Amino acid sequence: MNLTLAEKILLNHSRIDDICPGEFIECEIDLIMVHEQLGGRIHVEFEKLGLTKVWDPEKIFFILDHWIPAPTISAAQMHQDARNFARKYQFIHNYSDQLNQGICHQVLPELGFARPGMLIVGSDSHTTTYGAFNCLSTGIGATDVSVVFATGKLWFKVPESYKIALNGEFKKGVMAKDFILQYIGDISTKGAIYKSLEFHAAESLSMDSRMTISNMAVETGAKFGIFLPDARLEKWLKFHTKESYNAMKPDENALYEKTYNYDLSEITPIVAKPSSPGNIEKIENVEGLEIDQAFLGSCTNGRMEDLRIAAKIIKGKSVNRNTRLIITPASKRIYQQAIEEGLIEIFINAGAVVTHSTCGACIGGHLGVLASDEICISSTNRNFKGRMGAPSSQVYLASPATVVASALKGKIADPREVL
Amino acid sequence: MNEIVGIAYILGDDISTDDIVPSYTLTMRDPREMAQFTLKFIDPNFSNDITGKNIIIAGENFGTGSSREEAVNVFKILGIKAIIAKSFARIYYRNLINNGIPGITLNWDETLFSSGDRIKIALHDGIISNISKKKKITFTKLPVFITCILEEGGVLKKLLKNG
Ligand code: SF4
Repeated sequence: MNLTLAEKILLNHSRIDDICPGEFIECEIDLIMVHEQLGGRIHVEFEKLGLTKVWDPEKIFFILDHWIPAPTISAAQMHQDARNFARKYQFIHNYSDQLNQGICHQVLPELGFARPGMLIVGSDSHTTTYGAFNCLSTGIGATDVSVVFATGKLWFKVPESYKIALNGEFKKGVMAKDFILQYIGDISTKGAIYKSLEFHAAESLSMDSRMTISNMAVETGAKFGIFLPDARLEKWLKFHTKESYNAMKPDENALYEKTYNYDLSEITPIVAKPSSPGNIEKIENVEGLEIDQAFLGSCTNGRMEDLRIAAKIIKGKSVNRNTRLIITPASKRIYQQAIEEGLIEIFINAGAVVTHSTCGACIGGHLGVLASDEICISSTNRNFKGRMGAPSSQVYLASPATVVASALKGKIADPREVL
Repeated sequence: MNEIVGIAYILGDDISTDDIVPSYTLTMRDPREMAQFTLKFIDPNFSNDITGKNIIIAGENFGTGSSREEAVNVFKILGIKAIIAKSFARIYYRNLINNGIPGITLNWDETLFSSGDRIKIALHDGIISNISKKKKITFTKLPVFITCILEEGGVLKKLLKNG
């Protein structure tokens, strides 16, 4: 056989015996993640089907994270609808009342729900994040969620795969975010529409870094962004789950439509200018641009690795007087660990605002919305027009190291100079 | 569903779901209210400008970004019958088809379509006619799998019918 990871996992979840890119198949879903943006509306779709129960209340992971606690009446209303729906259909893994959990894509793996070989879908485009754990995972819309709720199955078009080999290690001040921005810039935001990105990484690449890469795989248009399993993943799983799993590797002579090779030691700090994640620039060319706000957080970069480097840069120093720095840990667990390691104190002493774990500023929802013409450097994944606030506000995407280095100077700054 | 006739409205490249449905409207409960904000950041008068037009013709990577299906629903509410684009973002394309709205991938240029042109799409034959400009162009026919969903008026209706 010559199957890629995506082909193998799709095949495992279907009833066919052979698989070929381009064909339409039906697959059984192992887990579905839903957050409030759909949870509130889905009942309209689902109830059209006239069903009284969901296919498997064990296999639904339900969480509120985008607007928590509700900042407006309309958000509160949406949450109420979502909670009512989850109660009515008796979801087992229902976190809609535990507002302190964090962002869906961080919480789900932390609680051991993302395990190798699984096929996971979610009501959010960054569901690709679980690819870091050797899961085949992707985002779907409300109607697809209704179909899964009703049947546990979903149609897929089998994607062609791109192999991306990652060798070497990042130099000081360079992070996984810089690599993925570079890759998006290299192949463009439409360079991998409908493709599966398969990352062959060295064991030295941390799980946090892999999550950042899988998270932003979708920014190339890709359907999946999956990593091969290795000892580092095994170790992570030991710590996070007791359940068994079926780690998958591609066949040795798997057929890839394209192959890319990156030496991570050659990557340098990258910034994506407004208003596309593919609009990349080397830090040298944007350095010195004055900023109003710096945001460190989101499902892309709100993890321990990110907070640790931020603390290293900012320890004993102060955020520039004309800039505000907002830090949002991606989950409660991360928040707690950051407290234990003394990072939160470092941030607060430096003048940063540390918020509870939520999507918050990333989606321009609350806790850091931008005013007209304001400029923000952000560790998030999208800088579309108006994404973080007013339509004339501008978002520059960068690594956590670059975000915090910039907050210190009040201008976009090269983190290699302050480390 | 084979024949769709309507008036064209042209949009550019990389129209994201954040453009179509700005994030701050997402908590609105009434889809009709939300539809008033469609593409607000691109064209503040869009919800008026689109009146009387019902076939969107867009550039590359249409619907890039989040999975919000509202970005399909608002077009449905505004009466859009089909979307032609140079390429579609993956989730957006699924959402379109699942809602029974044909998405047609076609490499086109300004000589072929302008806003206000009268367009006829023959879905099964793979032919788009620009009646106003008296031009015809063929496109790769949709796979049978997709046309079956469209015939039923969307994936939920198909599910209801076939169980
Ligand atoms: S943190 Fe941002 S990108 Fe991630 S799920 Fe929340 S809104 Fe989406």
